[in-house]
Amino acid sequence: MRLYAVVAAGGFRRYATYRTATVAGVFTNTVFGFIVAYTYIALWDERPQLGGYDTSQALTYVWLGQALLAAGARMGGGFESELVERIRTGDIAVDLYRPADLQLWWMAADLGRATFHLLGRGVAPMILGALAFDLALPGSFWTWPAFLLSVFLGIVVSFAVRYLVAMSAFWLLDGAGAMRMAMLAGLFFSGMLLPLNLFPGLLGEVARALPWSSLLQVPADVFLGKHAGWGLVEAYAFQAGWAVVLLGAGRLLQTGATRRVVVQGG
Amino acid sequence: MADDGFISLDGVEKVFEVRRRAGLLRRERHEVRAVDGISFRVARGEMVGYIGPNGAGKSTTIKMLTGILTPSGGRLRVAGIDPSRERTRLAHRIGVVFGQRTTLWWDLPLRDSYRLMHRMYRIPDRRYRENLDRCVELLDLGELLEVPVRQLSLGQRMRGDIAAALLHDPEVLYLDEPTIGLDVISKAKVRQFLKELNAERGTTVLLTTHDLTDIEQLCSRVMVIDHGRLMYDGSLAGLHEVGESERMLVVDLERELPPIVLQSADGGDQPALRAVKVEGPRQWLAFPAAASAAPLVARIAADYPLVDLSVREPDIEAVIARMYESAP
Ligand SMILES: Nc1ncnc2c1ncn2[C@@H]1O[C@H](COP(=O)(O)OP(=O)(O)OP(=O)(O)O)[C@@H](O)[C@H]1O
Ligand SMILES: [Mg+2]
Repeated sequence: MRLYAVVAAGGFRRYATYRTATVAGVFTNTVFGFIVAYTYIALWDERPQLGGYDTSQALTYVWLGQALLAAGARMGGGFESELVERIRTGDIAVDLYRPADLQLWWMAADLGRATFHLLGRGVAPMILGALAFDLALPGSFWTWPAFLLSVFLGIVVSFAVRYLVAMSAFWLLDGAGAMRMAMLAGLFFSGMLLPLNLFPGLLGEVARALPWSSLLQVPADVFLGKHAGWGLVEAYAFQAGWAVVLLGAGRLLQTGATRRVVVQGG
Repeated sequence: MADDGFISLDGVEKVFEVRRRAGLLRRERHEVRAVDGISFRVARGEMVGYIGPNGAGKSTTIKMLTGILTPSGGRLRVAGIDPSRERTRLAHRIGVVFGQRTTLWWDLPLRDSYRLMHRMYRIPDRRYRENLDRCVELLDLGELLEVPVRQLSLGQRMRGDIAAALLHDPEVLYLDEPTIGLDVISKAKVRQFLKELNAERGTTVLLTTHDLTDIEQLCSRVMVIDHGRLMYDGSLAGLHEVGESERMLVVDLERELPPIVLQSADGGDQPALRAVKVEGPRQWLAFPAAASAAPLVARIAADYPLVDLSVREPDIEAVIARMYESAP
């Protein structure tokens, strides 16, 4: 386990060295936060209580979306492009002879990265948003740890999805294409454009049941106190369930891919 | 298990199946026999050169020895372990450097990669510190430890990679082109280090390279592979005989004379040597590398006014080039 702790620490430190990128990211997140916030204000003026949120809850949702964007690597920037590149060039062979598990290795690295992005790219936009707008901050202290647990589960789900996509590069010639598609799906179905609560009928039900809702919709609702008691347990179970299923699928693909590499040489 | 078989291969094969486009929709299956029935043994503590032209199957052999490729046929054991079945168990006992790839963490200081090795191979703290200190000293890494790997030069990175492969005291080290792209000084450093490693720790070393100086300076034994087959396995000196190479006797006579003719000593009709070039009183005489020079010199000295002489060893590169060409 200590190995993966070192890997995670390395992932954290590595992104911490990209200072300019961090500052630029915070700037972008903040600017987009303002743009979307004013759009939402106009929308909620027309239709108050849309999706069960009041205006201040909707604004909170906006800023949470910006704060969690980098941590969930929803706009790319995670490990996946590196892994796809290693598969393409055959460097993956070097990774395979090491006495370490490929999936755990990359998960540790990605969790390290996510932790940095949560702090480095999440905290500042959230504070700026809270200063500029009247946000619905948690009434109880315990909402914070509950929220962080949900964020953590969301990041694991996000990792699991991206790992699956990266593994496909063993079979597809164009791993980058698959990555772009997954990113678009992730942006839409995480509720980044509009809260999934707003989606009507079947589309809404499907969107809320897909794994991506773990990335933003679920943690935001935990933050806003929409899940309490058993509802909270259910929300966690939903996230953890997807995490287990997707990690398991990733592991299956990994086994197949490893077999393919050791037999076919990639 | 007999120790002469620390690494042992018996009729090992690796066949890749490649699909090639043949026409619009048809795909043709087609086999590449990258390694085609190779057998050899390497004893503990040996340092062996593994050479051959591009595409000969060297890297494929090394990959099978590490367990990241499964042989298509034959039997392969390293320290009694079947690498492809027990890759992880074997990994603790071997070190690998692929000159063209790196195991180091690209964006982080060299030291972080070493910390990772520390945990990955569960190296006891003291052992880790000793090994690191030793590598740092011998490979001259002191000033590089805090530098992110992406800022290292090729030679610095290679030295970093070699150190990374040795921190867990592997019993055997595979090096796939460890001197590729290095300048003369870096090459010398790497060679010196490998020599000491082998001498002091008894680490078994298997080395592929296109630089024959590596082999000349490091390996008492060399294996030549071409088209996936072992063409030669023996001492570097013996390669000359197999390659039918010639040594050159350069003689300075008192005055300009016609080319020296010397019949074979055992009375056959093959001449004992052959004049290649005459330039004034100096003559270049070629004779089989396996033949002894002393009797030839004695006979020339008896029949000709000899002033000075020197013997030139054949160019190993020329020998090997001839060998590659003569391969089927
Ligand atoms: N994964 C693979 N799929 C198909 N063919 C392969 C694969 N890997 C290697 N080959 C083929 O096997 C043969 C041997 O390749 P290998 O890499 O072992 O050569 P090498 O001796 O290391 O050459 P070099 O000196 O160029 O590094 C080559 O013909 C190569 O094209
Ligand atoms: Mg090679």
